[in-house]
Amino acid sequence: MSFVFWIIAAITLGGALTAVVLKNTVHCALALTAAFLGLALLFLGLDAQFAGFAEILVYVGAVAILVVFAILLTRGSETPKGSVYSRYSVVGLIAAAAVFAVLGWAVLQSAHSFPNEQAVPSATAQQIGIALVGRYVLPLEILALLLTIATIGAVIVALHEKEETNG
Amino acid sequence: MTPLTAHLLVAALLFAIGLAGALTRRNAILVLIGIELMLNAANLNFIAFWRYSPHPEALTGMMFAIFSIAVAAAEAAVGLGLVIAIHRHLHSTDLDHMNRMKG
Amino acid sequence: MFATLARNSDQIFILLRDWLLAFLPMMLRPYVSVLLSVVVIVCFFPALFALTVIFERKGLGRIQNRLGPNRVGPYGLLQPIADGIKSLTKEDIVPTTANGFVHFLAPVVLVVAVFMGFAVLPMGRNMVLVDMDCGLLFYFAMGASTELAVFMAGWSSRNKYSLLGAMRAVAQMISYEVILLLSGLAVVMITGSLSLPKIVEAQNHYSYGLPHWYIFTPWGLAGFVMYAIAATAETNRSPFDLPEGESELVAGYHTEYSGFKFALFFLGEYLAMFSISGLGATLFLGGWSAPFSFLTWVPSWIWFFSKLMLSIFVFIWMRGTLPRLRQDQLMNFAWKFVLPFTLFNLMVTALWRFMGDGWLRWAVCSALVAAAYVLMARVSMRRERFAPRSYRYAE
Repeated sequence: MSFVFWIIAAITLGGALTAVVLKNTVHCALALTAAFLGLALLFLGLDAQFAGFAEILVYVGAVAILVVFAILLTRGSETPKGSVYSRYSVVGLIAAAAVFAVLGWAVLQSAHSFPNEQAVPSATAQQIGIALVGRYVLPLEILALLLTIATIGAVIVALHEKEETNG
Repeated sequence: MTPLTAHLLVAALLFAIGLAGALTRRNAILVLIGIELMLNAANLNFIAFWRYSPHPEALTGMMFAIFSIAVAAAEAAVGLGLVIAIHRHLHSTDLDHMNRMKG
Repeated sequence: MFATLARNSDQIFILLRDWLLAFLPMMLRPYVSVLLSVVVIVCFFPALFALTVIFERKGLGRIQNRLGPNRVGPYGLLQPIADGIKSLTKEDIVPTTANGFVHFLAPVVLVVAVFMGFAVLPMGRNMVLVDMDCGLLFYFAMGASTELAVFMAGWSSRNKYSLLGAMRAVAQMISYEVILLLSGLAVVMITGSLSLPKIVEAQNHYSYGLPHWYIFTPWGLAGFVMYAIAATAETNRSPFDLPEGESELVAGYHTEYSGFKFALFFLGEYLAMFSISGLGATLFLGGWSAPFSFLTWVPSWIWFFSKLMLSIFVFIWMRGTLPRLRQDQLMNFAWKFVLPFTLFNLMVTALWRFMGDGWLRWAVCSALVAAAYVLMARVSMRRERFAPRSYRYAE
């Protein structure tokens, strides 16, 4: 495997690890952004340019900023007193380690039957567009509806209710 | 180790890190961060399989990843809206305090 | 003979690069070619920034009925050198409670993200650094990364004014980014490609001597005006510069930055202005194509940079002339007028695409755009003017 791949994987995994370990929530959000960038670079390495740039645009440009805004609106940037880990964190760690063990074993066991085409696929924006309005038009429309509902719902849930004025 | 196996292992590790974050942290927002990491790990799996599959012109993996990115963004918005609403009510985002249905 | 001279001067940078590369072995050529182009971009645009700084200060001065800097050099033209020396020699003050790492990284991230945007702009015929299939998407992805840098700067300074300025700037940038994307989408719809050199190629045709630039179509004009508004808001320029308004917030999110880091923020803002003007020129003004078919002998890169400097001049003019918009007025404007109008413009673009060529589509689309403008801007925004003032106090 190429050297560049290991560096990008190290950035992604390092960013993810930092994001779940640090005390200061805003630092976690910034480390998450680094993880997203690493992932976008991995997508670019896999010749999926549209997905890579969409990942940067959506995740770094929108989700990371949402997370940061939520942290600031919930006073999360003050360093918390006491531990940042919940009482049952050891069980969580064991569960995560077990999941990784099972997944890693499954991948390595079945590695011999994986496809391994080396030809670079072409996924131009035009092909993606044709696929979106051709074969995948129903998921596209449902996604549009879902995004609308999610936007309206998020606004209603987070809306500051105006207090009733007297008189 | 083929490139595909390497990518799948990275995705599995990313998923485990996200799961650990979602299960061990107290702050509700960090749980959402863990969930985003898990979704991204699944996306990486899809794109890796699409790249090395025998029929990449069907664009299935790519489409799945794109839809997943969009849905994850919507879900992050709603989840964070919920966290903000809960904070307004309980004045804390500590998940250990959110153990009652009353109030 | 004149034709070869015109062609050579048009491709002069490409010929220069090929001549330099001929000295190298075959293996190194692609890497050195990219390196050379990157070095040229990294050196040229900051030089243009120095020129624009003096242009702006003199221009603003003249608009405000004063002279502007005129001490350093003839007519003050060496002022950027004095500014550069000043910013390099000033003490770099970092507040003790500031988050050191993030405070250091914020200007770096901003400048890197802004420089990446230049990689896809076609600055002349065959003069694009990377001809990406998803060039426009790449540009917007890099634009989205600058917002995070602004937030990092404001939050890490541990200063109320910085944080407030940063939140305002990020909210403004997110709102107007959607509009930027949608106005660009109309162009993509007509061209059928996200690749910027192809968009310029599609506009490089002439009929009766007049060019086929998209700004000369009804949806293109509406799209360009919306794009210009969104571009002004994205780069935090007046009249949308409340986040860094000098009279409002000390200096907004770069309050706690001094010396070279402040110079980097300044550089980042102006480079963002250049790159977004360059994109506007590419999408709507025909990029490197000449305005009239009898002027195609002038090198293409001269046209591109003229259009860029014209946009910069309009930015400076707006800064000197228009008053600042308040934050809620700005957000109101974005979500209640510009966004619905841009969506409607997208539909008009679709109509334009599917109607046949001829005078009918011009009439129908112009009528639709004009009617939408009158309805959305004049009629529905009118109620904002006379509403009684309501007060909400911070709690």
